[in-house]
Amino acid sequence: MGNITLKNVSKSFGSTTIIPNIDLNIEDGEFVVFVGPSGCGKSTLLRLIAGLEDTSGGTISIDGRDVTREAPAKRKLAMVFQSYALYPHMTVAKNIAFPLKMAGEDQATIDKKVKDAARVLNLTNYLERRPGQLSGGQRQRVAIGRAIVRQPSAFLFDEPLSNLDAALRGTMRLEISELHHQLQTTMIYVTHDQVEAMTMADKIVVLNAGNIEQVGSPMELYKTPKNLFVAGFIGSPKMNMIEGAPAEKYGAKTIGIRPEHLNISTSSGDWKATVGVAEHLGSDTFLHVQADGIGTVNVRADGEVAVKHGDTVYLTPDKTKLHRFGADGKALAA
Amino acid sequence: MARAVTTQHKTIATAAAWVVALLIFFPILYTIITSFKSEQEAIQGFNLIPSGTFESYSEVQQQSGYFKFFFNSVLLSVGSTILALIVAIPAAWSMAFSPTKRTKDILMWMLSTKMMPAVAVLFPIYLIFRDSGLLDSRIGLTVMLMLINLPIVVWMLYTYFREIPGEILEAARMDGASLWNEIIYVLTPMAVPGIASTMLLNIILAWNEAFWTIRLTTTNAAPLTAFISSFSSPQGLFWAKLSAASTLAIAPILIMGWFSQKQLVRGLTFGAVK
Repeated sequence: MGNITLKNVSKSFGSTTIIPNIDLNIEDGEFVVFVGPSGCGKSTLLRLIAGLEDTSGGTISIDGRDVTREAPAKRKLAMVFQSYALYPHMTVAKNIAFPLKMAGEDQATIDKKVKDAARVLNLTNYLERRPGQLSGGQRQRVAIGRAIVRQPSAFLFDEPLSNLDAALRGTMRLEISELHHQLQTTMIYVTHDQVEAMTMADKIVVLNAGNIEQVGSPMELYKTPKNLFVAGFIGSPKMNMIEGAPAEKYGAKTIGIRPEHLNISTSSGDWKATVGVAEHLGSDTFLHVQADGIGTVNVRADGEVAVKHGDTVYLTPDKTKLHRFGADGKALAA
Repeated sequence: MARAVTTQHKTIATAAAWVVALLIFFPILYTIITSFKSEQEAIQGFNLIPSGTFESYSEVQQQSGYFKFFFNSVLLSVGSTILALIVAIPAAWSMAFSPTKRTKDILMWMLSTKMMPAVAVLFPIYLIFRDSGLLDSRIGLTVMLMLINLPIVVWMLYTYFREIPGEILEAARMDGASLWNEIIYVLTPMAVPGIASTMLLNIILAWNEAFWTIRLTTTNAAPLTAFISSFSSPQGLFWAKLSAASTLAIAPILIMGWFSQKQLVRGLTFGAVK
């Protein structure tokens, strides 16, 4: 079981408030991603749940039990750190065995569990090596191995892939998702990368300046962002935000249209624009265009579109997928 | 682009390195050579080939009893090092793992005491030693050596401890380690190389310390530094005997330094490169 509930949780360091007040419920078995820009308090929130930081106010309960004042180890959570935080003087086997040893398990059980974890994570041939002799991806797997042997009620991941190169990040992302399907254990995952959030999460928590901006499934956030911040943060390339006359036409202070929801034509359309840079990716073409009276607009066109720098094009937003925001930055009802 | 290194360049660099090394080592080498000469040979001028006599060594031992001084040197350097570690480990630990706004200032203040010329405090210290009956006592001198090397020991340990990532300690905490387990299984094994090289360096520093050891001792607590200086003045200049005494004084630390050079170099350059 791994149901985690935060009630009125706040955290300040001296006079600096990192998290003003947060309420959040995480269901058992959910994959929850905390996402937000640097300094938004997502890592602090994770560390509060882990017990590595003390809360300044509010309560944290796991499976209905108040753990606010409990030591990290008593919370039955396992954590994977950004720097992997492996014990450099121990072999892979000893690293993975460490939490079991601390829990006082007998040697036969430890050996069996370490072997099982190593098999799941493809580390069997590396058990006698030291962390220094492993690649980044292997180290990350050892860190995950150390977490899974304890059979915790929830896993906490603090930006676990940010030290890996792009290709490896993609592989590890799949492995972690696969692991979640196998174990069906609650996972809380912190990242600043919205692609990781979109692809892995059951539920995304978007944080900004210590506040929760929105909680929802990846597609909910993509389709119905509650405010300008979420709209701008979720989705890649970023949503185009347009103010002024074109927005007023739709009765909004700001309108948002995703690059993939703009229709492009060389003959006619709502907004006349001049093509700046065209990035041909094969499958897609990203166009950066200067639209008259609007400014720079990003367009995601299909891979075959044949426009080049300086061409005149016409853009038409898909009206059903247009987002309207009021002066307070909140989304307006459709 | 990497700089091209030709064989010629390499040869020149190697030769230059040898010349510099020889220049640095030459005084010690010549001391050793002179110690195997007779007094007559020694004053005859520059000569690299000694007659190979052990005369000076046996005279030095007969006259002054090398082993008493040697024993004092060992006692003072090892004793002061252990004392310094006992004080410095908790100090460095708390500064590295729970620093405050003033930690940097405290470290700088400690280091600043090393910038003061020792002679400036000679009189107050001498008087304190005299009035508390610590002159020529092993305990007094051990404490003195501990105090003068303490800033360096704290600084070195602090740098070492700072290199232990906080996340590893947090990981241990998450893994269910109690504070005691954390110290035994994680902290100590990671800190041992640092503590060992700090210890080695401090033993060498204490062994070589001459200013205070010569001024605060006469016979009872006198270490090898006092042993050498006793050969220089009262009997005129007996170069061969002085060289034999010097060789005997530096030999133990030279041998120890030779065997632990890997540790020492690592200790001195620690944290310089990631």
